Amino acid sequence: MPITKEYLKEIEEKALKAKDKKALYGPDINLEKYTQYIERGKIESLESLSRQVKEAAILTGINLEEKERSGSYMQIDQSVVYESLNKSYEGQLEIMSTTDALNKYDWMEEYFWKAVPVDMDKYTSQVALNMTHGYFIRVFANQKPQYPVQSCLLVAENYVSQNVHNIIIVEEGAELQVITGCSLSKNDAEGIHLGISEFYIKKGGKLFFTMIHNWADNFHVRPRTKIIIEEDGSFINNYVLLKPVKSIQSFPVAHLKGDRSSAKFNTVIYGLKDSYIDLGSRIILEGEDTRGESIARTIGADESVIYSRGDLIAKTKGYCLAHLDCRGIIFSKKAKIFAIPELVSEGSMKSELSHEASIGPIAEEQVEYLMSRGISKDDAVSVITSGFLNLDIPYIPEFLDKNIKEVIKATAKDAL
Amino acid sequence: MEEMLRTEDLWVSIGERQVLKGVYFSMNYGEINVLFGPNGAGKTTLMMTLMGFPKYRVEQGKIYFKGEDITHLDLYERARLGLGISFQRPPTVKGVSLEKLIGIINTNGRSKEYLDSIIEKLNLSRHMQRGLNDGFSGGEMKRSELLQLMVQRPDLVLIDEPESGVDIENIALVGEAINSLLGKDKVKDKKRSAIIITHTGYILDFVNADKGYIVFDGKLLCRGNPRDILSEIKKHGYRRCAECR
Repeated sequence: MPITKEYLKEIEEKALKAKDKKALYGPDINLEKYTQYIERGKIESLESLSRQVKEAAILTGINLEEKERSGSYMQIDQSVVYESLNKSYEGQLEIMSTTDALNKYDWMEEYFWKAVPVDMDKYTSQVALNMTHGYFIRVFANQKPQYPVQSCLLVAENYVSQNVHNIIIVEEGAELQVITGCSLSKNDAEGIHLGISEFYIKKGGKLFFTMIHNWADNFHVRPRTKIIIEEDGSFINNYVLLKPVKSIQSFPVAHLKGDRSSAKFNTVIYGLKDSYIDLGSRIILEGEDTRGESIARTIGADESVIYSRGDLIAKTKGYCLAHLDCRGIIFSKKAKIFAIPELVSEGSMKSELSHEASIGPIAEEQVEYLMSRGISKDDAVSVITSGFLNLDIPYIPEFLDKNIKEVIKATAKDAL
Repeated sequence: MEEMLRTEDLWVSIGERQVLKGVYFSMNYGEINVLFGPNGAGKTTLMMTLMGFPKYRVEQGKIYFKGEDITHLDLYERARLGLGISFQRPPTVKGVSLEKLIGIINTNGRSKEYLDSIIEKLNLSRHMQRGLNDGFSGGEMKRSELLQLMVQRPDLVLIDEPESGVDIENIALVGEAINSLLGKDKVKDKKRSAIIITHTGYILDFVNADKGYIVFDGKLLCRGNPRDILSEIKKHGYRRCAECR
């Protein structure tokens, strides 16, 4: 049974009220520019995608042969072109578009726009009023698929506003890994990606989520994400941005509602060209004995401007422990990094919150140390920078590592 | 034996400070030379200058290594030519593991079995995944330095205070590793050489050094048997050096 019309009406009314509401952070985008709508048909396999699309997908960690994947979801512009579930995982999880899930399950009312406020700003409003699918992934209670689900949200045309709404539900005692890549198949494409992500991790569940963003010079991105974690649940998030973007602003929130729940954010940002990047993570520690950790590694190259935010908010009456580690390296005289850590304890007498933040150049003595072992200066800078970025993420393909080395070589010349 | 290293009238400054003031030094293949001297005399400066660290500016003079003028050669090129260094206090590089660095510098393709055996010998198995020198004790740092050099296999090793921060038990292990690095534990391969800086002289109980020098106020003085020099220093300190100048 589909979700009720009354609920959808309620969402719409709230969204309409926020239609012109500016976001708290990031440059304001005129959404009226992005009106292009392209309807695309389904494909039989990821191998049948065009060469350009394939290349873009691969760069975000998508495995076209679907090896070592429990399922796949792909969307190009506004259309869902591919959904599949590896047969050996049938009965363990389900993958479909959020539109289909809303038509299939009336209980989606408990999840749809329940974590992210629909009237947060004009971008949430736009997604609510003009939703163009997004993925729905649910892993059933106590199921632990061995391999990750991969998802790719790709923009192929100019002036598209891709308005996706993603929902992940990890049922009690279940575990799920997701690799999601967002990208463009044209390097000069102008457009916007709006992504609502609402993830629910039930009692004892685990979600290991990796997101790779590959955008381009004329593209805006405004994700809005909230994760609700129940008792004994855990959430690990890896986020990687290695390509230029016109502007991106996102401040995902992990809400540790249940006792003994935990969240960890690893964020890797490489600011290139004149990218405007405002990214962060917020962990709300409400349950007792909750744990949070947020690690951000930021490199400011070219003329990029990066805001690296991190908030830890303790609300629990019991014990909680959380730490922010926010470090940046400046590669260029014209780049800017703002590291903004914030610790808040709302009468949480037993909370232990801490942070360390630093911005500086690559330490010359480290480079010379490696050079004294016969490593050239460029290679030494590359090895140290790769180590600093800490890209040791499972299921990330080798070429991403190669790609980052090339980016480092191209931008690190003026680092010392 | 053939000459391996020679410096001629070497004047070196760090920033505005003149540290080395005309150093003439030479050594042959296979030799182990020891440098003594008070703090600030220029021992480490000489070593870092030989290695080619940019902070140590050669104002005057020449450095020849294996017959080649290396006075203005880049640090990494000197390493590739056969110079290696064990730091007194190496920097911490958090994101780069010891294992990763060993993989990069193993350009000779030494087998995994060989690497595993020396890692075990140096008692570093538990340190391979950690960032370079991240939380390492004094002894662990020295062993890590020697491991890197054993993989790098330089012809001339510059070792800055191998016993500093190392407990008595580990000095024997460090000494053994230096001998192994220099091929002194083998009948063949006697061409490898070393320059060692020592304050305490403990390392001389484990490493058979050929010559000793005192570095004093930026110059090399008192060449001789390293044990005799050490015993002289123990008796009289460096007071006599001032008189010698």
